[in-house]
Amino acid sequence: MGEKILTIEHVSKKYRLGMIGGTTLRNELQRKRAKRRGLEDPTAKVGSKSSGEMGEEFLALDDISFSVDKGERIGIIGHNGAGKSTLLKLISRITAPSTGSIEMNGRIASMLEVGTGFHPELSGRENIYMNGAILGMTKAEIDRKIEDIIDFSECRQFIETPVKRYSSGMYVKLAFSVAAHLDAEIMIMDEVLAVGDMAFQKKCIEKMSQVSESEGRTILYVSHNMNTIRQLCSRCIVLDHGHLVFDGDVEQAIAIYMGHDSKEYCSHIEVTPQMRDPLWPDPPVSIEEIFAESPDGIISFGDKLRFQVRIRNRKEEQAQVYLRIVTRTSGGVSVSMASSPEKIAVGAKEDCLVRVCLDVSRVVPGSYSLSFALVESGALGSATNVDVLSGAYSFSILANHAFNHSAAWYTQWWGNYAMNDLEIEPQ
Amino acid sequence: MYYKRISADEKGIHFHFDEVWQNRYLIYLLVKRGFISRYKQTILGPAWALIQPLMTTIVFTFIFGNVARLADCGAVPTFLFYMCGNITWHFFAGCLTGTANTFVLNRGIMGKVYFPRLCMPISSVLNQLISSGIQSAMFLVFLVIYLFIPQYSIIVNAYALMAPILVLQMALLGMGCGIIISAATTKYRDLQFLVSFGVSLWMYATPVAYSMDLFKSSAVLQIIVRANPMSSVIEMMRYGFLGPDAGSLDWLSYGWSWIFTLIVFLCGVLLFNKVERTFMDTV
Repeated sequence: MGEKILTIEHVSKKYRLGMIGGTTLRNELQRKRAKRRGLEDPTAKVGSKSSGEMGEEFLALDDISFSVDKGERIGIIGHNGAGKSTLLKLISRITAPSTGSIEMNGRIASMLEVGTGFHPELSGRENIYMNGAILGMTKAEIDRKIEDIIDFSECRQFIETPVKRYSSGMYVKLAFSVAAHLDAEIMIMDEVLAVGDMAFQKKCIEKMSQVSESEGRTILYVSHNMNTIRQLCSRCIVLDHGHLVFDGDVEQAIAIYMGHDSKEYCSHIEVTPQMRDPLWPDPPVSIEEIFAESPDGIISFGDKLRFQVRIRNRKEEQAQVYLRIVTRTSGGVSVSMASSPEKIAVGAKEDCLVRVCLDVSRVVPGSYSLSFALVESGALGSATNVDVLSGAYSFSILANHAFNHSAAWYTQWWGNYAMNDLEIEPQ
Repeated sequence: MYYKRISADEKGIHFHFDEVWQNRYLIYLLVKRGFISRYKQTILGPAWALIQPLMTTIVFTFIFGNVARLADCGAVPTFLFYMCGNITWHFFAGCLTGTANTFVLNRGIMGKVYFPRLCMPISSVLNQLISSGIQSAMFLVFLVIYLFIPQYSIIVNAYALMAPILVLQMALLGMGCGIIISAATTKYRDLQFLVSFGVSLWMYATPVAYSMDLFKSSAVLQIIVRANPMSSVIEMMRYGFLGPDAGSLDWLSYGWSWIFTLIVFLCGVLLFNKVERTFMDTV
């Protein structure tokens, strides 16, 4: 470890916008002639703003620098248009950078698309050779590995049929299988696991982890699926509109990508009327301020959240309310709810500061938001909301060794709450 | 060991020939793929490569040979005269058009994976070589048949051995022109249409449909035809396989043809070198 295998220095990529290259020679000559005479552009659409030059420049990547050690597994995340695929294209030598340089100390195997070079008329076996050769393997290498490739792809029964008869799942499995057996030191994958069922994705992630650990291969992995990033990567880079905004821990990177970064985090929330739920716009008893103890909204698995909540009673008599906090994932899925065990008494026309501890110690690592509410209980045990603040506070939970014994947690199957470990009782 | 540095400002000329050689298995597979995809699920298979030149030769022999009497080839059968010219020209035209469209046609695969871009034109030329090879076999069969017909006099001579050199020359010229056009079509798509009829027009400026002595009377036309680099190639091919009545040896024209070919090929490779790094941005 510590041996640099890939170094990217001050790399930028500029594209020229507009109808570049899709135009015809005639249009361009017309445009040049008109420009020389000072007339308006004859090829511009009627009514559109005329752009003086052929098109402004667009920076797909802006001064990106980072380096990668041998054996690291790096995730690259960012919103659509952030520049992830452009970065991979530059590293794969498909196009050249506008500024800066890229140094690498190993062969690159890039999977930017599933089944590059697959020809529909050729059989599965022939396409393995074709795809392998395109990705850089020699015939001898493919001969050595062909059985492993066919095994991994689970397509042995159909290996002699033309690929145009395959289902899309089989297609992906075959294509990935070839790439997984490449002998390159640096592997680059661009959202190729998005197609393919859960079982196959799991298999691919395991294979990638295994080759990375046993053979010391470096992996650069772009995905929108945060779960696969969590399972595979040890380090994560966040791109935003061509800039590198974060380089480090995976959970923090995901939190930043989701929009819950510490810049937007606020530990002292002053409640404004817009924050209240519109069904209860003018509550007689309301929450006015929330002070969160955590300075950056990022806690580890097993920690609890502590707040101080200021409640104001505008009524002429004493109010007795319950405080209720609902935890939801950043995607809006409810996790659970906790409320105060006894009523909180607030004097007439008074403020009251309540210290609260919310036990989120068994909530699974991820990004969450809290909704605060004041509830009055009426006669016969009915409950009415008095003041509701949805999504008032956001926080993230990071994984640590105590969480699930460091194994992967699949929220899509098991939810967001980790129950206590099973107790194996003696016979 | 596998150190590589990509930077924005790459000076000098990099031919990447070593990379092309490393990827020779890929070139083999591309040729095989092109061949299979053309003829798979067809009835006649590769025999289709023979139909087109055969039909063209028959039409040329009838129209240009018998009706218009443009082929002044003495005792050599006009059928062979036209077949030889056609097959040779078809090889050159195939190399040129195959290479010219290479960037636009293959931008899908080139946008997804890196391999030395020169592999594509090379594989297209090799594909053309295979189909022209099949056509040449058909030509030789006809040649042998005509040898046994006493009224025709066909003199196959030592210059037939120049054929491999002529093939190489045509491949270089075709690739060179094709690369130059290809580099231009990445930006301006309409040049593609120019290619197909440009090649047809070029054929009429070459003694394929007629023989060289057609322009005996006009000095100007003679110079134009002799300046055409393909003229001497066609003439020499016909001279070698059919005899002095069917072709001619014009060493001045031939020497010029080689110089032209080398210049075009070198320009092509240099242009290709410059364009291949960033053509994906504009194609």
